[in-house]
Amino acid sequence: MNETVLQVRHLSKSFGDHEVLRDVDFTVSKGEVISIIGSSGSGKSTLLRCMNLLEKPTSGEVLFHGDNIQAPGFNLQTYRAHVGMVFQSFNLFANMTALDNCVVGQMKVLGRSRVQAQNIAMAFLEKVGMSAYVKAKPRQLSGGQKQRVAIARALAMNPEVLLFDEPTSALDPEMVGEVLTVMKDLASTGLTMLVVTHEMGFARDVSDRVVFMDGGVIVESDVPEVVFTQPKHPRTREFLARILEN
Amino acid sequence: MPNAQSGFFEWVFFFVRTYGPMFLQGAGTTLLIALTGTLVGFIIGLAVGYVRAIPCAKEDGAVKYWLLKLARTLLGVYIEVFRSTPMIVQSMVIFYGASSVLHINLPYLLAGFIIVSINTGAYLSEIVRGGIQSVDPGQMEAGLAIGMTYGQTMLNVVLPQAIRNILPALGNEFVVNIKDTSVLNVISVTELYFVSKSAAGTYFKYFEVFFITSVIYFVMTFTITRFLRWVEKKMDGPQNYAIHGSQTVPDVELIPKGGATNE
Ligand SMILES: Nc1ncnc2c1ncn2[C@@H]1O[C@H](COP(=O)(O)OP(=O)(O)O)[C@@H](O)[C@H]1O
Ligand SMILES: [Mg+2]
Repeated sequence: MNETVLQVRHLSKSFGDHEVLRDVDFTVSKGEVISIIGSSGSGKSTLLRCMNLLEKPTSGEVLFHGDNIQAPGFNLQTYRAHVGMVFQSFNLFANMTALDNCVVGQMKVLGRSRVQAQNIAMAFLEKVGMSAYVKAKPRQLSGGQKQRVAIARALAMNPEVLLFDEPTSALDPEMVGEVLTVMKDLASTGLTMLVVTHEMGFARDVSDRVVFMDGGVIVESDVPEVVFTQPKHPRTREFLARILEN
Repeated sequence: MPNAQSGFFEWVFFFVRTYGPMFLQGAGTTLLIALTGTLVGFIIGLAVGYVRAIPCAKEDGAVKYWLLKLARTLLGVYIEVFRSTPMIVQSMVIFYGASSVLHINLPYLLAGFIIVSINTGAYLSEIVRGGIQSVDPGQMEAGLAIGMTYGQTMLNVVLPQAIRNILPALGNEFVVNIKDTSVLNVISVTELYFVSKSAAGTYFKYFEVFFITSVIYFVMTFTITRFLRWVEKKMDGPQNYAIHGSQTVPDVELIPKGGATNE
């Protein structure tokens, strides 16, 4: 077994009276590609967002290489650079070009010079096939192009882990492929990835492990062959039957 | 000088000829106070709007929470007071308050700057706060998610978009200020209205003089309104991006080798 990068322990999260995550335990090893599946409202996004503290857990803890990310003195900024996030709605900085989207964080968080940051940004924009659009503003790009820039922006921060929250759900069908291709490439480079997705093909073929969530708990977590062909839990079976039908 | 039988236009020409430079000087003062007041007011508005937009929860620590609460209450009072009283009254209170309570005799022009700035700041604070709230929260989340702090994301991502959104309101405030600086005549600031009143009073020719005055105000506000609209259009830029053939991508130009920056 590889070294543990992230560890989620007894994580619970409530919004008011509504308990969205209940005592979730979960470990991520270096180089693992994990798909998180489950129906809408099951707490997948909230789990990812607790892992980079966009949401504050109500109780429980998240450990990064053994360090509690909520401990006083823990450097949250550096941590977030190391554990990047790709959003369903892209969230590219609307006031900046594609290039500057990938540059600003490097300069502000990692203290890189503009020239150095631009070189790194260019390399990653090229990697996602967006080097022809460096000077384009987000509103001039298609959804698939925006998402590829957003991936380049996260990669430019030298992440150890990337969290993807339904990266293709907001895309027109013909653009899903270009983003999935980029993600498959990343998976093959050994990047640790947590991917909330409804793309069952991706979950089955690319991930090392599939996690099924329902009602704020992890119901089942196993290698894709097991989850997809012989799920242990009836709720997993129901969900897969429903989603694979379409 | 025209006499009692002279007509409207003779008087108008007379005033333009003899008081022309004074009118222009008054108009200049008006523009100067309006522009400075709007810019300083905008800076006040940005600062106040920024503070009022900081999210604060009790879990962030009691000291921070109560300090923020206190600051917000004070700023709220400032905004309410200045939005709920006429600027002409504020002028009197600030000018004579400074002299009789603080024993400071403010120079007229400086008093004008201060009054218009504080008054504009109160209006723009609310507009800035609205502008910040109109920016998609996903922008802040994306900034935080790559490790930028709240302040860094605010300055680099959210505020530039908020400012773009409120630019029309800002221009509008400038135009309003050109007109409203006229109230400063009550504390003897020699702006356009004050100059006009003096000229008219000397000859008892109010209609003739204020006809000229209104033309000058109109020209100023009309020109500026058009200019600001043009600036907004320019800032929006093209909606489409011309795709370069991959051979013509100006990579070399984009990444300066000599350390020059690409702003
Ligand atoms: N900020 C919030 N405030 C209140 N309720 C929320 C908030 N975010 C999520 N929820 C609720 O938490 C539940 C889980 O949401 P989410 O984690 O987004 O699910 P998923 O990503 O699996 O669709 C939903 O019922 C949702 O309405
Ligand atoms: Mg979700």
